[in-house]
Amino acid sequence: MIELTLASLPFYPLISFLLLIAFGKRLSWHMASTLSVGAMALSTISSFIVINQLSSQSPVLTVHLWNWFELNLTDSALAQINMSFYLDGLSAVMISVVTGIGLLIHLFAAAYMKDDENFTRFMAYMNLFIVAMLILVLADNLVLLYLGWEGVGLCSFLLIGFWYQEKANVMAARKAFIVTRVGDTAMAIGLFMLFKELGQLNINALTESANILWIVGDEAPYWIALLLLGGAVGKSAQLPLQTWLPDAMAGPTPVSALIHAATMVTAGVYLIARMNGLFLLAPEVMNYVAWLGASTLLLAGIAALAQNDIKRVLAYSTMSQIGYMMLSLGAGAFSAGVFHLMTHAFFKALLFLTAGAIILALHHQQNLLKMGGLLKRLPFETALFAIGLVCLMALPGSSGFFSKEAIIAQLWSSNTAGPLLWYCAIFGALLTSIYSCRLFFLAFMGERRFEYALQPSSSKLLKLSLIALAVLSLIGGVFANTLEVSLSAVFLNTQPLNLNEPHWLHGVAIATPFVGIIFSWFYFSAYRRSGSSNSSNKAVFQDKPSTLVLFCRQGLGFDQLYNWLLVKPYCSLARLNRRDIFDQLIMLNAWYVGICHDVFKSSQTGKLRWYAAAIGLATALLLLSLSIEFYSLEAS
Amino acid sequence: MSAIPLSHILILASILFTIGFVGVIARKNTLFILMSLEVMLNAVGVAFIGAGSAWQQADGQVMFMLVLTLAAAEVAVGLALLIQMQRRFKSLNIDLLSKLKG
Repeated sequence: MIELTLASLPFYPLISFLLLIAFGKRLSWHMASTLSVGAMALSTISSFIVINQLSSQSPVLTVHLWNWFELNLTDSALAQINMSFYLDGLSAVMISVVTGIGLLIHLFAAAYMKDDENFTRFMAYMNLFIVAMLILVLADNLVLLYLGWEGVGLCSFLLIGFWYQEKANVMAARKAFIVTRVGDTAMAIGLFMLFKELGQLNINALTESANILWIVGDEAPYWIALLLLGGAVGKSAQLPLQTWLPDAMAGPTPVSALIHAATMVTAGVYLIARMNGLFLLAPEVMNYVAWLGASTLLLAGIAALAQNDIKRVLAYSTMSQIGYMMLSLGAGAFSAGVFHLMTHAFFKALLFLTAGAIILALHHQQNLLKMGGLLKRLPFETALFAIGLVCLMALPGSSGFFSKEAIIAQLWSSNTAGPLLWYCAIFGALLTSIYSCRLFFLAFMGERRFEYALQPSSSKLLKLSLIALAVLSLIGGVFANTLEVSLSAVFLNTQPLNLNEPHWLHGVAIATPFVGIIFSWFYFSAYRRSGSSNSSNKAVFQDKPSTLVLFCRQGLGFDQLYNWLLVKPYCSLARLNRRDIFDQLIMLNAWYVGICHDVFKSSQTGKLRWYAAAIGLATALLLLSLSIEFYSLEAS
Repeated sequence: MSAIPLSHILILASILFTIGFVGVIARKNTLFILMSLEVMLNAVGVAFIGAGSAWQQADGQVMFMLVLTLAAAEVAVGLALLIQMQRRFKSLNIDLLSKLKG
């Protein structure tokens, strides 16, 4: 019975997706939203039922649906690829995040997208995304995981380009798709290598035989882990494949919340956590993971400081928080990373959705320089946004505090991280609090910098989902212990005891965000001051960025670099070969046929007398040649 | 009555055939083309008769009867087409009928 509940998890949204696609615009808003949100609710309820069944006696639940296909390694050996779901502590965390946050975002989206003419298509894609994400996290083998992996990539593409009438959105969707494809290719090669080396793709069996066959530091796990890391980097928008995430904000705001903050972008983190047995065999790669995470979190933090678009600030902040997760995985603190994944999903979804509500109230204005003074005008949204920012800055008591401190605490004495990365993380936390304060001051404090009247949404659905997320963000820390227990079965405890840490570590980590707040209180004082509408204050909000600020705003020049290094050469190559050379070779046949056609066409004059003459001539020639042959035979 | 050698008959037949053929390709008027065709058919008939008498076989005459019938049928169809052609094109010029050109 409980197996059936687990097996049915992805099928509720799948059925809803099929119905929505089949009936499309014939469904009214009520029917479409009831269908999609109801399917999500069923999924959420069943996922909580299933998770409740997990206990310390039976920490794992598997269900075999059907045999998908078989892979031949040699002529005799077959590897079964099954449609099977595998639920343990890690996937339990993931499905609760995916279905729980997914349900709240579906609720929000039903209200947010109500007036869109393609509402059913939107909800259908959202449901399809949930299906793919559930398959991804529940897969018991890497092929099924890859199916979900590509499925979420597809949904991301479809939803970023949801408003496809605008070219910028389509370009952003295409960029996201192509950039993540680079990582996915690396991951696919990693899977091929894994299958070639171990002969199976079932995750548990694979981890077991990897630990038997290989020892720490072998070459095979090094390359495989590196290739899998490539996939994770692409999906999770880490250096050097991070450029697609800020552009992905072109999609509707619920999409940014669901896909590009809470769930899909953390799939890379999930992959590494899931394959932790393999990564532990390659400590160098773990070290790379940590360094990648650290450099991404610093880069994204710096870039977030210079953004003026509220959603782009949040996008860079997402990148930077995923950097923390990567850093934590790299340091071997898997459960801290997964914990941060969960709390980040709570508060980042809250931030994005609140930002969406604010954008809606401001008539789709996303520019921070044209907001200001929202504190008095939108007190409800301001309070929720402030809660989200508090969690993001990891102020004590909030959910972000528990998870981020858990990460930072384990960095110093980790074998694969170290004090240097600890400093990076602390500096990142400082940057986080500074850009959060800048965002808050610009949007909510100071003078209002827009002329029109606000139009706050009064939808109950919208407020309900926001409040639920805010509660989750605030109390998310209480899950720490349950999570620790349920994840302890998944991850081997590799953390050395904290022996020679300086005693000031924790104090500094806790104090850092406050330093950032105090710094920005004075540094950004022009943003928060109100009442003084003199000309010098006005000048602050004129967008005249210096070269440095512009450089940071464009993501520290990675877009230009890739443009210059890859896109431009590729485009010029394509232009050079516009008349494809192989195409031309094949077209030679067509050209030959065309020539023959022309020749025979000219003989087809339609003049009867010419035909008769031709027949006569041919007959004469035939007779002549026959007689010549006859006489030459006679003569010999 | 001395027998006319077969070769003479065949030469006459081929001269007649050639005259008919030249008439077919040189004439533009369809009526004259039909008449030239008639000449060609008769040339063939002459060849059959000559050959039949040279080898003392009835087959030659049988073939001539066949050719005669064929010619009669052909003329019936040909003249009917000719009348239609005159009605539609107001002319008997065969070169006007070239709509099937490629």
